[in-house]
Amino acid sequence: MLGEGILKGMLETAKNFAGSFVSEERLTTVEYPEQRIPTIENTRVFPFLVYDGPDWQAGMRCVACQICEKECPPKCIYIEKSKDKKPDFVGKMQIYPARFDIDVSVCMSCQICVEVCPFEAIKMDTQFELATDDRFGDLLLDRHELAKSNEYYHSIHPAEAAEVDARLAHEKAVAEAKARAAAEKAAADAAAKAAAAKPEMPAVGGR
Amino acid sequence: MAAAPISITLDQIFLLLRDWLVGFLPAGVRPAAGAVLGVIAIVCVFPGLFALTTVFERKGLGRMQNRLGPNRVGPFGFFQPIADGIKALTKEDVIPFRADAAVHFLAPLVLVVAVFMGFAVLPMGRNMVLVDMDAGLLFFFAMGASTELSVFMAGWSSRNKYSILGAMRAVGQMISYEVPLLLSSVSVVMITGSLSLTKIVAAQNQYTGIFPHWYVFTPWGFAAFLMFAIAATAETNRTPFDLPEGESELVAGYFTEYSGFKFALFFLGEYLGMFSISGLGATLFLGGWSAPLSFLSVVPSWIWFFAKVMAAIFVFIWMRGTLPRLRQDQLMNFAWKFVLPFTLLNLVVTALWRFMGEGWARWVVCTAILAGAYVLMGRIEMRRKHFGPRSYRYAE
Repeated sequence: MLGEGILKGMLETAKNFAGSFVSEERLTTVEYPEQRIPTIENTRVFPFLVYDGPDWQAGMRCVACQICEKECPPKCIYIEKSKDKKPDFVGKMQIYPARFDIDVSVCMSCQICVEVCPFEAIKMDTQFELATDDRFGDLLLDRHELAKSNEYYHSIHPAEAAEVDARLAHEKAVAEAKARAAAEKAAADAAAKAAAAKPEMPAVGGR
Repeated sequence: MAAAPISITLDQIFLLLRDWLVGFLPAGVRPAAGAVLGVIAIVCVFPGLFALTTVFERKGLGRMQNRLGPNRVGPFGFFQPIADGIKALTKEDVIPFRADAAVHFLAPLVLVVAVFMGFAVLPMGRNMVLVDMDAGLLFFFAMGASTELSVFMAGWSSRNKYSILGAMRAVGQMISYEVPLLLSSVSVVMITGSLSLTKIVAAQNQYTGIFPHWYVFTPWGFAAFLMFAIAATAETNRTPFDLPEGESELVAGYFTEYSGFKFALFFLGEYLGMFSISGLGATLFLGGWSAPLSFLSVVPSWIWFFAKVMAAIFVFIWMRGTLPRLRQDQLMNFAWKFVLPFTLLNLVVTALWRFMGEGWARWVVCTAILAGAYVLMGRIEMRRKHFGPRSYRYAE
């Protein structure tokens, strides 16, 4: 009959209205600043720089290769390379960023910098309360403000961080094995060379 | 005064207060001063009610959508209207460069003044009516119709396509629904034999046993009340008839180009329109200030009037929380093909009721005619309509 649907709808909203006073489960929203919904594993808001160990400057994974700076679609990253070098996690001497700035107001949270980084140095943060009352100073984050420890990375993205750590450990192990092999080979070569130096000489020269 | 029972004193408390205040003045200016006091009371009470209604509406709508609604400003968010008012007052008052500045400025004022005029003839309690006009109903509708002028002034002077579209819709809708609104009230006039709103209330303020003689409890009165409620919703541009300000299509309709306090005035005008039309509906069909049961007459009459108005406002909010917006053609079809014929039929039924005399026969006949017509018209209207999943030609 005419008007039946309207009455049904009115009944539904009346049920919601009355029910919201009775059962808290009906309310689908949370009161934000006091209550929060935990962020999901893949939440991404804004990049940060990972460092290992206690010192952020010594442990900074970034080697200032500038790939992220070039790939960033809105061009919100600014990097200046250092003049000197410091050892990276494998022990190899690398340059490091003397300046690393990201503009919060320009970043579009696309995660491309994370995907292109070959050193696992830049990752996405879940911190979303980035509002500030100083739009000139506080919206441009420098390398100190961006630096967050590997433990922090583990706390926000546990699965991903574990995988990254495993990969880095593997790389380090491979590099160490390679270095050891190279060292052994060099030692062996040197020994062999030293042993075979005199008799071989003419043959080599004859060639 | 001391001799009068407490219930009568409470019932007439505002009149006694007015007389006491006016008593300090010389006799010559007393009537004028009394009228001014009445105007001040209306101008203070209804905007105050408007402020309360905005927060109740937002909270109620939130509850209907399973959320809490505003609860930050003050206890339970009840100071929200103060924050809103401060915001509206401190905002920049933008007047578009090409707008007709004078008309653009006048439109919200005209709206609020015209809406306030309607309250002059509403009896808000026993003896509580500002102007007891013999043609009060006529005056009310004349003032209600002049809100259309201000809406069109706003839309036209803004020189904005959304404003003019909204204004066109508003005028078309208001004129279409003005007709059933008037015709449904005419049935009340036919039975009462008077256009005076105080007489209409007095006619309903009688009891059989404990039950009142409200017009809504008669077949013709119930039908007229339904039609009146539909037309009143359309007349005040409330959902589901809020096409003139349809946010999803027209930004804000005729008041798109208004900001700051003028926008607040339009808002105020809309809500005052709701209060006045609810007050009129209560007066015509729900017995105005009379108590719902005879023994409840000890409660002051003005409490009943405002309770009825607020109940009507709750239904407005409830409908807003439930129903989606109509399309323009559906709106017009509904007005001209359903509401108008039904009110016309209701006039005939009212006449029948009037001349069939007392007895149960008129109850049966009138109810049968109206119910039959309702079912039949519903069937005919929906005959060629197919309800079900929609098929999209291009959007798959």
